[in-house]
Amino acid sequence: MKSLEELKALREKMRSQTDNRAVAGSDETVIKVGMATCGIAAGARPVLTALLDEAEKRQLHNVSISQTGCIGLCRLEPIVEVFKGGQKYTYVLMTPEKAKKVIAEHVVNGNPVTEYLIGNN
Amino acid sequence: MRELALNILDITENSLAAGAKHVSIALTADFTADRMRIEICDDGCGMDEETLAKVTDPFTTSRTTRSVGMGIPLFKYSAESTGGNFGIFSEKGKGTRIFAEYVIGHIDRMPLGDFGGVVLQLATMNPSVDFTVTVEADGRKGVLDTSEIKEILGGIPLDMPEVRAFLKDYIQENLVSIYGGRL
Repeated sequence: MKSLEELKALREKMRSQTDNRAVAGSDETVIKVGMATCGIAAGARPVLTALLDEAEKRQLHNVSISQTGCIGLCRLEPIVEVFKGGQKYTYVLMTPEKAKKVIAEHVVNGNPVTEYLIGNN
Repeated sequence: MRELALNILDITENSLAAGAKHVSIALTADFTADRMRIEICDDGCGMDEETLAKVTDPFTTSRTTRSVGMGIPLFKYSAESTGGNFGIFSEKGKGTRIFAEYVIGHIDRMPLGDFGGVVLQLATMNPSVDFTVTVEADGRKGVLDTSEIKEILGGIPLDMPEVRAFLKDYIQENLVSIYGGRL
């Protein structure tokens, strides 16, 4: 059974690590997932979970993943917006599988996955 | 919506949009009476009586992108279609309380779905909001209080991968295990 005691041990372990991470700074990638009724009903939650799990698996510390409200294109939900290198990329009709591919090819390797972008749908 | 957990997420997003600093979510199941209840309570900006009266109408919404708002109507329908109840109470400046009661065994009751995943998402993605999540069934009770967890962590954010992994297990063992796979 996980207890709050374990959390205290975890805190001690992490104290030393947090300092290095705060430095990451400028080349940060920001990812936003639309999480209004339309997004949720279309399956945005598994997409967000896939993004978080993939970022965790790859130990991506310069990536910030968050949720946002209705982006205004409900029929293309789930929508994932990636802000990278001063540009905004809007991925539409996302699935957990597509989300993993976006992390691998775009966020890590820097090549946007054009077939999922809004311009091609 | 195919899972009640997604309704919970959606309704809680309303609380966050209302500027809530504390949100409590309570899931109670009574298997002998065949009833379950979901209640969400926030300290956000609340609504005046006029808005409150219209809020279960799908053509009422606060969003500006279009004139349809399905969150509350879908939540209400999910409960009433099982022969259950729904209620919403709000006071301007104080907050909002919303509940839905279900007949567990009714054929139209949607499965609860990934409740643990929803709780994890709410707790880790909204660092400035405190959540108290309670699950009660069969005389057992489990609680997740994020303010308590934040106090222990002392400034380490909840969305750090290590903390998220801890919370995932903590939620599974302390909340989800209370009702098991029965909802």
